[in-house]
Amino acid sequence: MSVEVEAVSFGYGATRVLEDVSLSVRQGEFFAFLGPSGSGKTTLLRLIAGFGTPDQGRIVIGGRDMTRTPPWSRNVGLVFQNYALWPHMTVGQNVAFGLERRGVGRAERDRKVRAALDLVGLVHLIDRRPAQLSGGQQQRVAIARTLAIEPEVLLLDEPLSNLDAALRAGVRQELVALQRRLGLTTILVTHDQEEANAAADRMAVLDGGKVLQVGPPAELYDRPVNRFVAGFLGTANLIEGEVSGGIFRAGRAVLPLAEPAADGPATLALRPQSLRLARVAEPGALPARVLRAEFLGGHLRYTLDLDGLTLIAEESHQRGRAPLAPGEAIQLVVDPRQVSVI
Amino acid sequence: MSAAIARPRRARLRVEASLSQVVAALLVAAFLLAFLLVPVGRVILTAFLDPAGGFTLVHFADFFRTSLFLESFWNSLYVAGLSVVFASVLAVPLAVILARYRFPGRALIATLGVLPLVMPPFVGAVAMQLIFGRNGTVNLLLMDWFDLRLDLMEGLNGVIFVQSLHYFPFILMNLAASLSNIDVAMEEAGQNLGARGLTLLRTIVLPLSLPGYLAGASLVFVKVFDDLATPLLLNVTNMLAPQAYLRVTSVGLADPMGYVISVILIAVSLAAMVGSGLLLRGRDYATAQRGGGGLSQRRMTGQGKLLAWLFVVPVLFLVLAPHLGILLLSLATIWSFSPLPDAFTLAHYGTVLRETPQFLTNTLLFCGIAALIDVVLGVVIAWLVHRTKLPGRALLDLAAMSALAVPGLVLGIGILRTYFDTRLPGGDSLATWWGMLIIVLAIRRLPYALRGATAALRQVHRSLEEAAENVGAGKAATLARITVPLMAGGLAAAFVTSFATAAVELSATLVLVTRDVDAPLSYGIYIYMQSAAGRGPGAALGVIAVLAVALCTWAAHAVAERERSRRARTSEAQEAA
Repeated sequence: MSVEVEAVSFGYGATRVLEDVSLSVRQGEFFAFLGPSGSGKTTLLRLIAGFGTPDQGRIVIGGRDMTRTPPWSRNVGLVFQNYALWPHMTVGQNVAFGLERRGVGRAERDRKVRAALDLVGLVHLIDRRPAQLSGGQQQRVAIARTLAIEPEVLLLDEPLSNLDAALRAGVRQELVALQRRLGLTTILVTHDQEEANAAADRMAVLDGGKVLQVGPPAELYDRPVNRFVAGFLGTANLIEGEVSGGIFRAGRAVLPLAEPAADGPATLALRPQSLRLARVAEPGALPARVLRAEFLGGHLRYTLDLDGLTLIAEESHQRGRAPLAPGEAIQLVVDPRQVSVI
Repeated sequence: MSAAIARPRRARLRVEASLSQVVAALLVAAFLLAFLLVPVGRVILTAFLDPAGGFTLVHFADFFRTSLFLESFWNSLYVAGLSVVFASVLAVPLAVILARYRFPGRALIATLGVLPLVMPPFVGAVAMQLIFGRNGTVNLLLMDWFDLRLDLMEGLNGVIFVQSLHYFPFILMNLAASLSNIDVAMEEAGQNLGARGLTLLRTIVLPLSLPGYLAGASLVFVKVFDDLATPLLLNVTNMLAPQAYLRVTSVGLADPMGYVISVILIAVSLAAMVGSGLLLRGRDYATAQRGGGGLSQRRMTGQGKLLAWLFVVPVLFLVLAPHLGILLLSLATIWSFSPLPDAFTLAHYGTVLRETPQFLTNTLLFCGIAALIDVVLGVVIAWLVHRTKLPGRALLDLAAMSALAVPGLVLGIGILRTYFDTRLPGGDSLATWWGMLIIVLAIRRLPYALRGATAALRQVHRSLEEAAENVGAGKAATLARITVPLMAGGLAAAFVTSFATAAVELSATLVLVTRDVDAPLSYGIYIYMQSAAGRGPGAALGVIAVLAVALCTWAAHAVAERERSRRARTSEAQEAA
């Protein structure tokens, strides 16, 4: 099922939480809402699940207007951030609850409960209580409970945030695999760009109750529409300057642009790994000076001074190659194709 | 600016209330209105009405012109005030020892904090007569040994003595709680800046513990000021509550003085509550600081230990005196003008079970139903207030909690005034029907049950309910299958507390019960205690009541503890995961 959010605004009293939000999630897509806390991403997810009614706008699921449909009539599965397993019921009873509400007969219910638990690999824990499970197991039960009702859309609210860092990548991969296998339209809410990048087909970056940009992760990373998106998705050097005649100028630094850009003031976004540090002079290279060097394991991060501009550059760490020292002069090579103008 | 541009976006009125929510709220409101607000309102109104139905203050003028009423008024204030003083004398040292020192008798002190509460003061009153009265055990011994007599139980003294002993735990528990809530860092900061000993106590510890003390003290004041049963059992009638009771029962429902006194009772209760609330405003320090380990508990010197024991042991004797007294009385053949009974027998228990078993069965039935009503109403009100957006929902909470400020006597009088002339099919008055007693008991204990239900509901995370709605359960199904089962522990505790306190309620009961066959335990004790021959069976009933209340208190405590540990285990498991 597709999900259409049409010009939705929402607030609590005078506090505006969502401001004219529109986006559309396609059938079978793994979509992510990415944003910092307070961006409105969880509120938007809850509106799709039916917890709250937009002040304005519509929520359309599978072509049907669900704006005023109560949560229990939506058939939209929400996996809560804290899992919200009912402590007074066993794992099996938790998973069976939604089927009971739908009047599914006992035999059919048992079969579906086992099938749902089988999907997450926890059939053997069917008689346990939630308190007897690990966090990872609790999450799987929460997912099974949601999948058991065969929802039209699966909503995941920060599903990895309560898991140990060591578990996260594995669980994320399992989630994606499960989603692919079921072909279920899925929306993931997260504040972690890596999580969104790795899992989502497309994502929306939210901030301050507005959708800033929608697209595939790599596209958003490569072509952010504004400073916020550029900065939120990884590290970016944002340089204020002027474009004129296809050339960007900031102070004494001059960069030719590979893509056409309108003349006038502009901000240049430049990823740290797109700056190449040359030890010897090259044509077109810019002379810079190292201000600070940090060893981060897989790579080194340098803070550089380029004629008064402070830039971050990253270089992969290679054994035997001596790190640059603060004060050292180097040559900076910028590939115009890696530069985007905001 | 043109009107078209300036027109503000019209806020859409969002009524997020379903029909069933509205119906539930209206039913609860009707119940509270019919059996609490209207009766109390009629009491207040009647106090201000002249016979022709106009507004008048003449009844109040009469009240303050009548020397008996004035005397009663001052007596009530005097008794309530001195009860607070003596209760404080008992409670403050115990609280300080409990919260600040490593003292081997801590468990004993904690027990002291509960023992008096399981014994209704009117039950203890008679036993206290036998032990501390003019010809009681203590005075007989004192006369023998020192030729000395203490008038502990004479007139108002007796009321003050019995009430202080009964109510000091309120101060003890509130003060100890607020003392142990003081972050040890507060005290250490004071020490660090050079304060110690008495200076520290005066400048840091006392101000920080004041809220707890005042909360307890105002509660004691109000309870003593409003109490009817204890003075009546001690034959003290020159106080406000007994005067109101006597006016209504002997002069009649038309006599305005009963209503005037009721208004004064309510006004003084409210003034004490509001006054302590105002004093405490902005001083609720305890909730502002979390996490601290409480005051550092320090070692006691040998001398200190001796002093502490010298205080704790006599207090223990005092506290146990009514319990021992009532037990002895229930087992005594004859106990008069002698330090101890002449001989012992179980006959009184037989008498009670044989002749008046209805006192016990009525109590089980009345208080059981009342407690059930309380739990149901508590859940419904708590849920409406905290889980819906129903307009005016806070008023329901306020109305239910306002029962706290209404003395039982006043509610009883209000019910009589409002429903006395309504006749049941059999010709009996609705006001004195046993069903009405159940309703009144339920109203009286509703605040406790509502607090319990609210606390239990707060423990249920919203997402647990939303998860149920998300997989297809409507509001009612969610409430029944998820919310209420998760509240079960708290509700069980609320039920037991309501039951136990209703079982020993006597002030409204005295006003509303007209026939022995419809009477509960507390009324039975009162009736038996009226005659010398009935004191034995009355005491036997008293022992049964104390045991029942003790059992319920223990059960409520055990349920609450189990719930707490279950919760702790759950959150531990979640954290460990």
